[in-house]
Amino acid sequence: MTVPDPTTPRATGTAAVQRGMAEQLKGGVIMDVVTPEQARIAEDAGAVAVMALERVPADIRAEGGISRMSDPDMIDGIIAAVSIPVMAKARIGHFVEAQVLQSLGVDYIDESEVLSPADEAHHIDKHAFTVPFVCGATDLGEALRRIAEGAAMIRSKGEAGTGNVVEAVRHMRAIRAGIRRLSTLDETELFVAAKELRAPHDLVVEVARAGKLPVVLFTAGGIATPADAAMMMQLGAEGVFVGSGIFKSGDPAQRAAAIVQATTFADDPDVIAKVSRGLGEAMVGINVATLPESERFATRGW
Amino acid sequence: MSTPTIGVLALQGDVREHLAALAAEGADAVPVRRPEELAAVDGLVLPGGESTTIAKLAARFGLMEPLRAAVRSGLPVYGSCAGMVLLADRLLDAPADQETVGGLDVTVRRNAFGRQVDSFESTVRLGEATVPAVFIRAPWVEEAGPQVEVLGRVVGGAGDGKIVAVRQGSLLATSFHPELTGDRRVHALFVEIVREARGRRSGAVAGEERSSS
Repeated sequence: MTVPDPTTPRATGTAAVQRGMAEQLKGGVIMDVVTPEQARIAEDAGAVAVMALERVPADIRAEGGISRMSDPDMIDGIIAAVSIPVMAKARIGHFVEAQVLQSLGVDYIDESEVLSPADEAHHIDKHAFTVPFVCGATDLGEALRRIAEGAAMIRSKGEAGTGNVVEAVRHMRAIRAGIRRLSTLDETELFVAAKELRAPHDLVVEVARAGKLPVVLFTAGGIATPADAAMMMQLGAEGVFVGSGIFKSGDPAQRAAAIVQATTFADDPDVIAKVSRGLGEAMVGINVATLPESERFATRGW
Repeated sequence: MSTPTIGVLALQGDVREHLAALAAEGADAVPVRRPEELAAVDGLVLPGGESTTIAKLAARFGLMEPLRAAVRSGLPVYGSCAGMVLLADRLLDAPADQETVGGLDVTVRRNAFGRQVDSFESTVRLGEATVPAVFIRAPWVEEAGPQVEVLGRVVGGAGDGKIVAVRQGSLLATSFHPELTGDRRVHALFVEIVREARGRRSGAVAGEERSSS
């Protein structure tokens, strides 16, 4: 056996460190916040991390316009307010926003379709960063393309800012079904599968053998209730992003705590029933079927 | 001797990796989320995760006092990263209201090495062995009480010489995540601690039975 050199210099930003960070978030809830006060409410409720952004997706949808990376002062304020990890969003393909977020010391960058895309062909080369990235995906091929670019965590996209879980379900089922299908294919068929998925062959083989993605898989986009969160966990999510669902509801602190508890006890209907009582108004939802194509965030990203 | 049952506190965190490492070292590994599940294990792992989240969930679901009672009664417990924070008697850089299980006579500084961009892979010397170590927003032991045995320290870089692995009786804690590296020597050590504790306990029970007959 070779003994590792005890003077091995430390290495930052490696795959083990980036993907390992997401492993620590599993079973947890990551909450969108727009102020330090909201960040503290999220931490008190038991969030494993907060996502700092300028406007929650429901407001981006309502107000329109171009949405961008948040103001650095706002991100600094949120970092100072809490001891849990702080994530922040960069526009798809906007590598300079990502460079700025890394320099601000955020713990994870979400290259997010919720913001206005900055590049209609290319995503950020995430291998070039020390800070890890999470990216959205609607199916297995999209997830594997993001991982090939260096994403250290995947979330199913759903349709953010709608309070409607139907797209999150669609995307989670598509990703999981894609993984299950790969595990039934032989070596010859995996070459064709890689072509069809438009994903690197080595990653396709890795997923087929392991029966899971090589990175942690969360869910996002439309989760508004404890039962929504628990359903997504039962469908195979390893954790939950909640955007507008908390701070667009009647009692954010209580709803946030309830979603945290329902995520941990996703398989226990007695707990979910208990925490679902007396939560007040859920956010007003949008019927995704009536959304015009141009207003769908999930179709952003390639 | 029969297989020891070792629980992993499964409120949040990298539970699956700990279960796999414990099973590979010959333990019957089970997730623990309820007091009755805690009562059925010979040892417990507090996994990596977010310590504030795990502590809040433990308090809300009535696990905090049973956990404290279990540690007091001598249940072997191993904590990695967030688990080290949860085992510490005293915390630095934590929210003022953060509760811990406690039992380990140490002062632990949360996120001591910095933010995620400062997280790193390196090696740590554990006694005679050198093990690969992944540190993720990791804590370190700022001060250790007289009963605490220092097992490992960081070599080089920021935090050079800081304590990152400790043992106090049946309690074991590391700042790093052996569950992520595939090197199972820390888990093997913990399974051994659990076997010894169980041997002592069954010996004690047998002794009581003899003296009462």
